[in-house]
Amino acid sequence: MSATTEEKTSKKVWLSYIPLVLLALTFILPLLFMLFSSLKPKDQILSDLTTFRAFLPVGDLSLDNYVGVFNRVPVARFFLNSIIVTTTIVVLGLVVNSMAGFAIARLNFRGKKILLGAIIATLIVPFETFAIPMVYLISKLPRIGFYPDGVALDWGWNNSFEVLIIPFIANAFSIFLFTQYYSSIPKELDEAARVDGAGWFKIYWKVVSPLAMPAFATSAILTFLPQWNSYLWPLLVIQQEELRPVQVGLRYFFASGTAEGTPWGQIMAYTSLITIPVIIVFLMFQRAFISSIASSGVKG
Amino acid sequence: MKSKKLKALAVLAVVGPLALAGCSQQAKSPEGGGGEGGKTQMTMWTHSAGNEGEMKVIAQMIEDFNGSQENYEVVCQDFPQAAYNDSVQGAAASGDLPCILDVDGPIMPNWAWNGWLVPSGLTDADVENFLPSTVGRYDGQIYSVGYWDATTLIFTRSSILEKVGARVPTVEQPWTAEEFADIQKKLKDTGDYEYVIDWGPGWADEWWPYAYAPLMQSFGGDLIDRNTFESADGVLNGAESVKFAEWFQAQFADGYAPKSNAQDRTEFKEGKVALQYNGVWALSENSEVYDDLLMIPAPDFGAGSKAGVGSWQYSLTNSCSDAQKTGALEYLKFTMDDKYIAQFSDVTSLIPATTTAWEQTEKGFFGPDKPAQIAATITEANGLVRPPTPAYPVISRIFDKALRDIVNGSDPKGTLDQAVSEVDTDVKSAGYNK
Amino acid sequence: MSSSVASAHKSASKSVKQERRAGYLFVLPAAILMIAFIAVPVFMSFGLGFTNARLGSARPAEFVAFDQFVRALTADPTFWAALRNIMIFVFLVVPIQGGLGLVLALLVNQKLRGITAFRVMFFMPVVTSMVVVSMLWKFMYQKDGLINALFGFNVDWLNEPATALPAVVVMSIWQGVGFHMIIWLSGLQTINHDLYEASSLDGANKWEQFKNVTLPGLKPTFVFVLITITIAAFSLFVQIDVMTQGGPSNATTTLVYHIIQMGSARGDVGYASALSLIFFIIVLAFALIQRALTKED
Repeated sequence: MSATTEEKTSKKVWLSYIPLVLLALTFILPLLFMLFSSLKPKDQILSDLTTFRAFLPVGDLSLDNYVGVFNRVPVARFFLNSIIVTTTIVVLGLVVNSMAGFAIARLNFRGKKILLGAIIATLIVPFETFAIPMVYLISKLPRIGFYPDGVALDWGWNNSFEVLIIPFIANAFSIFLFTQYYSSIPKELDEAARVDGAGWFKIYWKVVSPLAMPAFATSAILTFLPQWNSYLWPLLVIQQEELRPVQVGLRYFFASGTAEGTPWGQIMAYTSLITIPVIIVFLMFQRAFISSIASSGVKG
Repeated sequence: MKSKKLKALAVLAVVGPLALAGCSQQAKSPEGGGGEGGKTQMTMWTHSAGNEGEMKVIAQMIEDFNGSQENYEVVCQDFPQAAYNDSVQGAAASGDLPCILDVDGPIMPNWAWNGWLVPSGLTDADVENFLPSTVGRYDGQIYSVGYWDATTLIFTRSSILEKVGARVPTVEQPWTAEEFADIQKKLKDTGDYEYVIDWGPGWADEWWPYAYAPLMQSFGGDLIDRNTFESADGVLNGAESVKFAEWFQAQFADGYAPKSNAQDRTEFKEGKVALQYNGVWALSENSEVYDDLLMIPAPDFGAGSKAGVGSWQYSLTNSCSDAQKTGALEYLKFTMDDKYIAQFSDVTSLIPATTTAWEQTEKGFFGPDKPAQIAATITEANGLVRPPTPAYPVISRIFDKALRDIVNGSDPKGTLDQAVSEVDTDVKSAGYNK
Repeated sequence: MSSSVASAHKSASKSVKQERRAGYLFVLPAAILMIAFIAVPVFMSFGLGFTNARLGSARPAEFVAFDQFVRALTADPTFWAALRNIMIFVFLVVPIQGGLGLVLALLVNQKLRGITAFRVMFFMPVVTSMVVVSMLWKFMYQKDGLINALFGFNVDWLNEPATALPAVVVMSIWQGVGFHMIIWLSGLQTINHDLYEASSLDGANKWEQFKNVTLPGLKPTFVFVLITITIAAFSLFVQIDVMTQGGPSNATTTLVYHIIQMGSARGDVGYASALSLIFFIIVLAFALIQRALTKED
């Protein structure tokens, strides 16, 4: 009897894997293509393109493309810039946006509904449509400049880390996300804590937010990604090569008028390199999804 | 763990940039500031990032100039070409342009009209030897000058022409429209090729206006009235332009040409097409494959054979202080030397801007009886610059879109009429010529 | 009696005041940043729609009232094509991508060994650079490309007006569904597990549990996904820019692509700003209707 039940369960388990595997194959194709192409010489990439070989590590494999990438572009510098900028935006953003979401979801104050509406409304306007007025705006902002011969008050935020970071800390998408999650956590927790004499910040920080870890994790991943891939803004406000982020570096490979044509192998190597941090961030944060802390709060 | 990673990255960050042939190792200070030892510093922007050959020559020019005198120092910043115009726009919006600016020839009038560029101070005597298409003029002044030019022509093989009994056209005697149609038919009938000619529709950006407007001009049409630059009516949608559009549409519809390209346009090298309409820069790669390679001018469709010309040039901007302007002008004159012009030609296989530079080139492409010399001849004889008007960037986009729609089957006359309406609306609303 | 009521009132109103102040303080950083860096530029941009401003021009912009808006609605066939295309796109992508995201989230929410690996793999298209993904699909859609080879078609997908937009739809869903899978997944994770226990103790089977516990618990997530996916769908731009440039013959141009063409490529900032304002009104109306339809009583 128990043998057949076990059989049945393990058969069911195998069946569950089938759709997963099929779907996974379709989704993982670009990464495979990228990764394996980065190891192939350009001619082979192009000739493999129309068949399945594009997704297989076959043929003339080597690390030549990676060497070429490091020669052509200051990869490490761009990486460092992107990491600094993106990490700062995410970390500061988690604090600022979760606070705003918390307030809207759980605190009572006048103008709350309008504020939320306005925040959602800003999601509608695509960045590109107000990028140029924004360039004009930041060129008029004062800034403290550190020069070799002292500190001076300066105008214009171009060519700085601030201009890449500060405008993007507050994020309507994240605020909306936090609002939705915070509102699904029972309000009794707040009341209990208030009775115990806790201030609102403590409630936010110690009581409620630990229960909203999935929201923090989601927000971290989903703000890291667009910021890491940010392309237009750095182009408009950063002119000095030392401050450029990784996406701008990608364009170095599309220089036309070269006899060799587009260096597809190197492009694949470069994009493989810049994809790695995002995968790492994803792995780090997606573990927070598995938390089942939700139940312990109510029982306690 | 984390700190180890950071340390490793920091080391790379220091080592990495040192391995570059770019121009960014020089010390920087804000524009308008003094350089070391009281030298006036000028920043220069170039679009050549990622193009190792060009960057090497540029770095050399700057080093030589800086070392040759005590008053001025040029510092350069390179940008990838695909990102260049956006960066310039951004800098212009915040008043941060460099003193010396790389600019694509046909766009120069627009940037000049915007007030971003100022006259360079070059005189006719300075540019005596330069191909007219390498000198950018606007409002009666010389604004910019370039080190090379590029032109369009047709690549084929003498064996291909022999097989169908076609004569080899020359610059003086290009194929006529009827000859060309006849040759195309014969080539198609051999059955040796998938398509007769590759016009290069897979390329984007400026290629379509650059390469195909000359064909239209060969029919007698044009993009805009070149006398007043006020309207495109009767010109872009005139009878000749419509005839061109119908002919071009038929090239694809009748199966003579492919509507899209393989990556890097390998059809000609692989023998899939008999003729390839391309720029002279393709000489290097094509000559590696065929030793009976031929370069011939485009056919004469009635108004003479025309070729696309005009490439990147350098100019001065409104950011230059008076001292910098003097220094920048000196830099331009210093680098307008045949020595550098020849070097550029060697790395790009483009046409040297001066005829006197031919003998200094080492690749052996240019000079009397040299293989690419015909490109220089074509440029001089058939080169028609894109309309030098501030309206050009808009005209370029409108023409690009209209022609693409026509190739996809939309009605030539109607589409061109719509294009004219858009061009005229733009010119009127912008008031370029006021 | 009255004094204790009075003091009860006092502490009640003090706590209300405290709450209100906390509320303002909590949203203050975000509010300042968003006003400075979103509201101000956006209003500047909208304001330009009433002028004939050109990019970088030395000539000052002039006020032209509603001219640009009239131009958009009457003299611009590309605008109407873009509007038509984006509506089709939204009506296809929102249900399909939203629904598929939920299906994937349910699949990777199972307690199977190695499920993390699958989560990562489903997320891969989102992680990979959009430029590379668009180019890869462009190759795959070629006449001699993988799609035709795999399924036996013989269509030049991106170059035929009839198939170009559907091709972009498929590619976009494939690229974006991982993003919404993550959102659905965290929604699933916040549903109280006790509710599932209680439900199965009551004798409910998997499907009934799904209907009675999961779906209601996902309501906030559903609202979030619906609104954000709609707004994201309306903003379709990058794929068009890389793969089709709005062609063939306006078959794939979108409102945002048209705006960028006008503003950035053509430098007609006044006109592009007017288009932006029109775009904003359209999407806002859509979002409001959605909100009204999904409002919690």
